[in-house]
Order: sequence, then C-alpha cells, then structure tokens
Amino acid sequence: MSIAATFEIQYLQYLDPEGKQVRDDLPAFAEDTEHMVELYKLMVSTRVFDAKSVALQRTGKLGTYASCLGHEAAHVGIGSAMAAEDVLAPSYREYGAQLYRGVQPREVYTYWGGDERGNDYQNEPARHDFPWSVPIATQCLHAAGSALAFKIREEKRVAVCTIGDGGSSKGDFYGAINIAGAQKLPLVAVIVNNQWAISVPRHIQTGAETLAQKGIAAGIPTIQVDGNDIIAVRKAMGDALERARNGEGPSVIEAVTYRLGDHTTADDARRYRGEDEVKDAWTKDPVVRLRAWLEAKGVWNEEKEEAWKAECDEWMDNEVNAYLENKAQPTSAIFDYTFAEMPEDLARQREQAIELDRQ
Amino acid sequence: MAQITLIEAVTQALAYEMQHDQSVVVLGEDVGVNGGVFRATQGLQKKFGELRVLDTPLDETTIAGVTVGMAAQGMKPVAEAQFEGFIYPMMEQIACHAARLRNRTRGRLTVPAVFRAPWGGGIRAPEHHSEANEHLFTNIPGLRVVMPSSPARAYGLLLAAIRDPDPVMFFEPKRIYRQYKEEVPDDGEALPLDVCFVLRDGTDVTLVTWGAQVKECLETADALAEEGISAEVIDVATLTPLDFDTIAESVSKTGRCVIVHEAPKTAGFGAEIAARLAEECLYDLLAPVQRVTGYDTHIPLFRQEMKYLPSVERISAAVHKTLAVS
Repeated sequence: MSIAATFEIQYLQYLDPEGKQVRDDLPAFAEDTEHMVELYKLMVSTRVFDAKSVALQRTGKLGTYASCLGHEAAHVGIGSAMAAEDVLAPSYREYGAQLYRGVQPREVYTYWGGDERGNDYQNEPARHDFPWSVPIATQCLHAAGSALAFKIREEKRVAVCTIGDGGSSKGDFYGAINIAGAQKLPLVAVIVNNQWAISVPRHIQTGAETLAQKGIAAGIPTIQVDGNDIIAVRKAMGDALERARNGEGPSVIEAVTYRLGDHTTADDARRYRGEDEVKDAWTKDPVVRLRAWLEAKGVWNEEKEEAWKAECDEWMDNEVNAYLENKAQPTSAIFDYTFAEMPEDLARQREQAIELDRQ
Repeated sequence: MAQITLIEAVTQALAYEMQHDQSVVVLGEDVGVNGGVFRATQGLQKKFGELRVLDTPLDETTIAGVTVGMAAQGMKPVAEAQFEGFIYPMMEQIACHAARLRNRTRGRLTVPAVFRAPWGGGIRAPEHHSEANEHLFTNIPGLRVVMPSSPARAYGLLLAAIRDPDPVMFFEPKRIYRQYKEEVPDDGEALPLDVCFVLRDGTDVTLVTWGAQVKECLETADALAEEGISAEVIDVATLTPLDFDTIAESVSKTGRCVIVHEAPKTAGFGAEIAARLAEECLYDLLAPVQRVTGYDTHIPLFRQEMKYLPSVERISAAVHKTLAVS
C-alpha cells in the first residue's frame, strides 16, 4: 500500500513548569521584559478578578460563575497577540483575553449577576467583539462569518474564536475551520484544552491523539502549545494572526492547560476527579511559572508582587462597588431589545408588564 | 414590462438589492454556478462574483452560523436552506444567536440577516423535501417569519426582509414558484412587513391563510361566490410579528373565520390566530372558528401528499360548517 498523506503535530514550549527557559530562540516580544511584566501583571489581575468573582458568588452577590483559574496564560496570550481591529468570539471563561481588549470586570460581574448589560461592552476594541457564547462552539462559526466579512470587504483583520476541549467535539467547530480552510479565511481557532468538559475527561472526548490534529482535516496549519506558557501561546497566536492578516488563511492552535477550579460555581469537581491530578496540575501553574522566569531575570520580586496585588484588589473593589451600585434594569428593558422597532403586539405586552410592576 | 414567476421575483429582488447595497451577500449550497436547485440565485454569481454569491460547504449549521457572524460584523447576508426540511441543523444558530444577539447585547450587535427556504409540499419531491414548519419559528422571539404568495409580494417582501434590521425567516412556497406570472416592476419598492394583505373583500366568512394555500383559498372563494357566499381572503404574509388587527377587523365584520394552513394542526400557527380571535373577538363570532390544515402526521410521500394538503373541497366544507350555525 502507498501512503496517501502523512502528518505530524508540532509542540511548542519556551518555559517549563519551573519557569526555566527550554529554548534559546525567544521571540522578539519575549525579549522585551517590560512587555512581559505587563503580561504577567494582567495574568495576576485576572486571577485576582476571578477569585473576587467566586467570592461574590459564594456570598450571594453573583449568579452561577464560570471560573478561569489556571487559564491565565492561555487567555492573556490570546488577547495580547490580537490587534485592536481584530474580533474575538469567546466562550464563557476567556476573561484574561477580554480584559486585555477592554472588557471591564464590572461588565463580567453584571452579566453573571443576571443582567444583559454585562454583554454591552463599553470600551473599544471589545465593543465590536462577540459576547460570551454559552451554546458550546457556536461562536466558532460567528468568527468564521466575521472572517468572511473581512475577506469580502478586503479588510486586514482577523477573527479569533476560543473553545474548550469539549467544544472541539461539536460540528460548529469543525464547520468553522472547514469553511475557513476552503475559503482561506482570516480565522484563528484556539482550543483551550483544559482537560475537562464539566465531568467528561479529555480521553473520552475523542479518540484523536491531539486536538490540534483536527485542523489537519480542515487542511490548515495547526500546532499544539503548552497553554500554561504564555510565551508559547503568544508566539503561536502571533504567527497564526500574521498568516491570516497576510491572506494566507486560517490556523488551529491547541493550548494545553488545566481547569484548576470547578466547571462553574454550580459544579463540584471532587465528584469526578482525583485530588492527585489537581495537585499535580498546580505544579504547572502558569502564573508561578512566568513569575519565576521574570524573577530570574531580575525584573520582578516579592515587593512588586505585593504592590501589584494590592493595586488589583483596589481595582476589583472599585469594580465590585460599581457593579453592586448599578440598579436592575426597568421592566421595559425586557422588551426593548427584541426588535429594532417595537411591534404593536409586543408594545401591548410591555405596557401590561409595566402596569403589573406598578401594582 | 416582463411578466415573471414567484421564483423569478425572488431572483429579481436579490439582484436589485445586491446591486444597490454592497453589504448584501448570498450564501448557501449550490447557490453559485448552479444558481440554486430551484434557480432562485440564477445568474447572480456571474454578476456579483464568487464571494458575494458563495457556494458553502454542505453543512446547514455552517451556513447559519457564518450568516450570524457576517451580519453581526456589518454585512447583510441572505442565506439559503436548500429545502425547509433541511433547516433543523440551523435552528440553534437561529434561535440562540440570530434572534437573540440584539437582546443579549442590549443592541450592541445585531443580525440583519435573511434565511430563505423553499417551503411546503405538493411538488412530488423526495422525503424530507416537503416540510411546512413555520410554527417552529413563530414561537421564537426576535424573529420575523414571512411567507410570500405571489410574484409581486415575493419581490416586495424579500426586499423588505433584506432591509430589515432584524433576522427574517423567508419561506418560499415552492408549489407556486412557477404557478403563474405577473408584472413585477423592478423598482426596488419594498412591501411592509407588518401588515396582512386582504386579497379579496367579502362579507360572509373570512379565510385566513398564507403561502401556497392562498391559491386554494382564492379558488374556494370563487366557488363559494357561485353559491352566493361572499368570502374575504386574507394573506397573513408576515406571521410574526402578527398584524392581528387586520384579521380582527375582517372577522368582526364577517363573524366567521376559517384558518387554512399546510403545517400540522396541533400547535400550528392557526392555533395562535384562533386563540387570539377567542381572546379578542369572541362576541363578534357567529360560529366557532374552523381550521383546515395538514394532519398531525408527517407529510406522506408524494403518492399521497395531495390528500394531506388542504384542498378547495376541505376548505369549502369548513366554510359551510361555519355557515350552518345561525
């Protein structure tokens, strides 16, 4: 028998779990230690933000919340590589990427606090990004559609979608990379493989050895990176974005990480995964790793760490206060965004609901 | 001026709007070189190029999801589901995103898209090619559900659908795609999406219908006229949001109503109209509202499909039933 096709999946890592550099060919952005400190600071603030969110939920001030604990390198790596004019179509825990693009913590709190206004991002460039997509992987096609719009309008912009390991099982993900491959669309699809889709582990999600190789079926470049190594994530993102911007088409990136927290605050991961596994995952903590590397370079230390964490605490306290001070929307808001123009029947229902509210 | 069929009116509307609005694009399976399996997009790719008239991979979910993404980023996509029976994979994207994005972002992102689909039975098509399931969409908030029943209304309503800032389901009754021709000026004049059309004035009974059954209802009205019975015929055209006032006004005048549709009876859109009549016009009714619909079965394969579709005989019998009540 002859061979019809062969493939291999490359794996990229710059920093090992101890923060030791395993390659000499650092990308240019990583040589800029000031920039790396900025990325580190956002990883820390993302973690502080996340802890605050969980605390808000535990004290009844937030509804169900999906934590991003452990994903900081992947998410900040994705967000920081993108250009302002690009578009992000995230799933529901990519706060690190979104904060970089101008989403405010108070907006995240507002959304998980049961208020649609949390999706109405006020700051550019997040203002043209998609809101969190709850139905799994559906956002991949929104990114592909955005990429198609950019191609038709001849804009040098890229659409980025993020999904989880579970999401890569859905047809929407394959449909997105498939049409993107067929039409050479400026799309980057990032699989943030955190090993768990609620209680379903990665190994029964698919028989494929890597999730990255799903890109092979779409005929597009694909790579697996250490998702806890922000340099690797950022480098792979940068390369993929550059190709897309130059009209060379889409890419898939699998960022291998670990969901250190529960799926959401409504979940208890102890029901389905062992403590040893989680303990082991903590030894690969993305934040600890980058900090060790920065400290070895002499650009970060305990004093700076404490100062920055204090600053983050203050920032989040402000954001929490802004969220808590914001009153619920009026009853009319249930109706006002259904159509651009209010149909007469709906206007009558709106009046009824307002009247009921008055009584 | 040329006389054109309903399907040619669809093509004419698409071409007009693509010519005048660069953000309008057409996408779907076989819509390009082949011009669509019914030829609705005939000649458009040659005129507007492969990107604006895009042959997609064979995946309805992809078509719907990409449509949402494009629309949210400033395009006005017109997506085609090749047959309405193939539309089910699109429903998650339509219900969870197309119909909902405006609401969930408080108006920050919107989906000004049209989802077209050849609708209904009666053309001796294979299995899964004859479905009428508009009622699955009329219960989704944020969507307009539109169905033309003549070449002129296909042209005017499709232009309106493309220009509408919200997503529109545009179901084309394929049984009457080539039923007859009429003059349809290519003047870019849209029809309103918030009115029912009174196609025939009458005083004894109101026939309320949409899509291909407009044909049977008008024929029934002709037959009834010979018996001295005057039937008013209303083409609902835009099912949601519904212009109930036009229906209520007519039924309050005639006192009798027969609702005719091709989809199954239980929880079909006729049930909504009957319920509204009970809520708002009960004291004007001289007889119970009747429904003539498809049965609560799957539409049979084509050797029997005409037994399933509402016929002039069935509609006429329902009218006589309402008239028997004095």
